[in-house]
Amino acid sequence: MRRIFLICEKELGTFLTSPMAYIVTAIFLALSGASFSTYLAQTSYSDTSIRGFLEAGQLLILLFSALLTMRLISEERKLGTWEMLLTAPVREYEIVLGKFLSCLIVLGGMLVLTLFFPILLVILGDPDLGPIFTSYLGLMLLGCSSLSIGIFASSLTPNQIVSAVIAGGILFGLWFLGPVGNLVPDPVGEILSYFSLSHHFPGFMRGVVDTRAIVYYLTVAAVFLFLSVRSIETERWR
Amino acid sequence: MIKIENLTKFYGERLAVDDISFNIERGEVVGFLGPNGAGKTTTMRAITGYLMPTDGEIWVADYNMRKDPLKGRQQIGYLPETIPLYTDMSTRAYLRFVARLRGLDRKKAQKRIDEVVELCRLEEYINVLTGKLSKGFRQRVGLAQAIIHDPEVLILDEPTVGIDPLQVVQTKELIKELGRKRTILLSTHILPEVNLICERVIIIHQGRIVAEDSIENLSSILEGRQRLRLKINGPVDEVTENLSKINALSEVSYRDPYYLLEFPIDQEPQNEINQMLTRGGWTLLSMEAVELSLEDIFVKLTSKREEEQ
Ligand SMILES: Nc1ncnc2c1ncn2[C@@H]1O[C@H](COP(=O)(O)OP(=O)(O)OP(=O)(O)O)[C@@H](O)[C@H]1O
Ligand SMILES: [Mg+2]
Repeated sequence: MRRIFLICEKELGTFLTSPMAYIVTAIFLALSGASFSTYLAQTSYSDTSIRGFLEAGQLLILLFSALLTMRLISEERKLGTWEMLLTAPVREYEIVLGKFLSCLIVLGGMLVLTLFFPILLVILGDPDLGPIFTSYLGLMLLGCSSLSIGIFASSLTPNQIVSAVIAGGILFGLWFLGPVGNLVPDPVGEILSYFSLSHHFPGFMRGVVDTRAIVYYLTVAAVFLFLSVRSIETERWR
Repeated sequence: MIKIENLTKFYGERLAVDDISFNIERGEVVGFLGPNGAGKTTTMRAITGYLMPTDGEIWVADYNMRKDPLKGRQQIGYLPETIPLYTDMSTRAYLRFVARLRGLDRKKAQKRIDEVVELCRLEEYINVLTGKLSKGFRQRVGLAQAIIHDPEVLILDEPTVGIDPLQVVQTKELIKELGRKRTILLSTHILPEVNLICERVIIIHQGRIVAEDSIENLSSILEGRQRLRLKINGPVDEVTENLSKINALSEVSYRDPYYLLEFPIDQEPQNEINQMLTRGGWTLLSMEAVELSLEDIFVKLTSKREEEQ
């Protein structure tokens, strides 16, 4: 446990001193903010919800995850510090969880900044707070899934760009399973949709907290964190 | 302290280490020699637990590295071939991270950082980003992280490679100092490097151990010969000619400004040489015995092995 926090702390230090976290946060805030205000304008300010923010935000979280995680393990390999970590008395899962936790904290921090949008609505109008609350829960859960996919991608290669591309591939692949599932007849279509990252999100936007959705996102996160640990372990047997 | 039994490592199809075994006792400082691609790094990575052997067993301080990897790793300080540095951290932050990773609490970590920084003479660079350090200082920070938890066993992969001669001397002194109370295995392919530090050498070539002995024994076993290096005040041609006439000497050569003499171990040509010099009216400026360099030993051993095969 102590070593998980230690690694998390180290990663947070790196996030705070390097430009990447700031850049992706800035991109995220700019694009989701634009979407937020465009939506409000389109509905002539009649629907005071954060729908605009969420429409862009859910996709931006995928991008955010791919970019934030791409250097996590890749960089350590390049620097040679990976060899130091793997010969220290630390378990593979402690490394993976520490890194994952640091990303979650950065994501959480960024989402706190986006609270600007609902606060604006509260000041200027009378939004329904329930869906806003569940939407944030949904974003965090989606973040859990996509960050763990990013970490898995980063464990596969010493090249950051390749890592980001792999993560992007898996993330958007899983995302568009949903729309594809809608085109395919059931029951195949239904199954495809169930495995899609996008299928479970609209419920949160409507203010519904579906256990299946929570289980889905947490399972995806657990599976890819487990795969990351395995990928590191097999490396020793190479 | 380190025990290796039938270690074999394949990278896919490629055999990197081929069934090697050796023992290193507590307190020994052992040189691990071999040319590029011999399998030094692979062996060291197996000892430190970075790689799992394809076959064979390794014990470090009585912990089996397969069954008890975490306890085993805790006993080892390791300087990998590529120095592991987080380039965006200061020396202090980096050492603190490694110390904490190695299980030291905050107070203990602080104390050890002060100690290793003094030992490795890093005081001036404590707040410099490790990415901004010169190669020699990076190496020292690498050594500092290896000893931060005061391990019993040190595994150093080419600790003197790529740094200038003055720093090499300092690093060697540091390693010697560390070796007073630790067990050290250090690899190199710059052979004379280990001469002054190591009591014993293990020579590896193409994944196999070709020799294992004390440096002195290796030289004498290999050759049964001695060497002398002379500096003589006199005309080179004449002196060489006269030296060649001495029967006890089997080889005479001149490499400015020294004459190199070789002779069987049971001969004592010193007197004859003196008489010859007096006859010619030349003066002897210096005479010293020369050990066979590790370079020579290595070349001889490997060619000998190839003949056998
Ligand atoms: N990760 C790897 N994958 C495949 N082959 C490898 C790998 N690492 C090393 N080898 C091969 O295994 C052999 C032994 O390599 P190793 O790095 O152990 O040698 P070395 O003695 O450390 O050499 P050097 O003096 O160059 O550091 C070499 O032939 C090398 O090409
Ligand atoms: Mg090597």
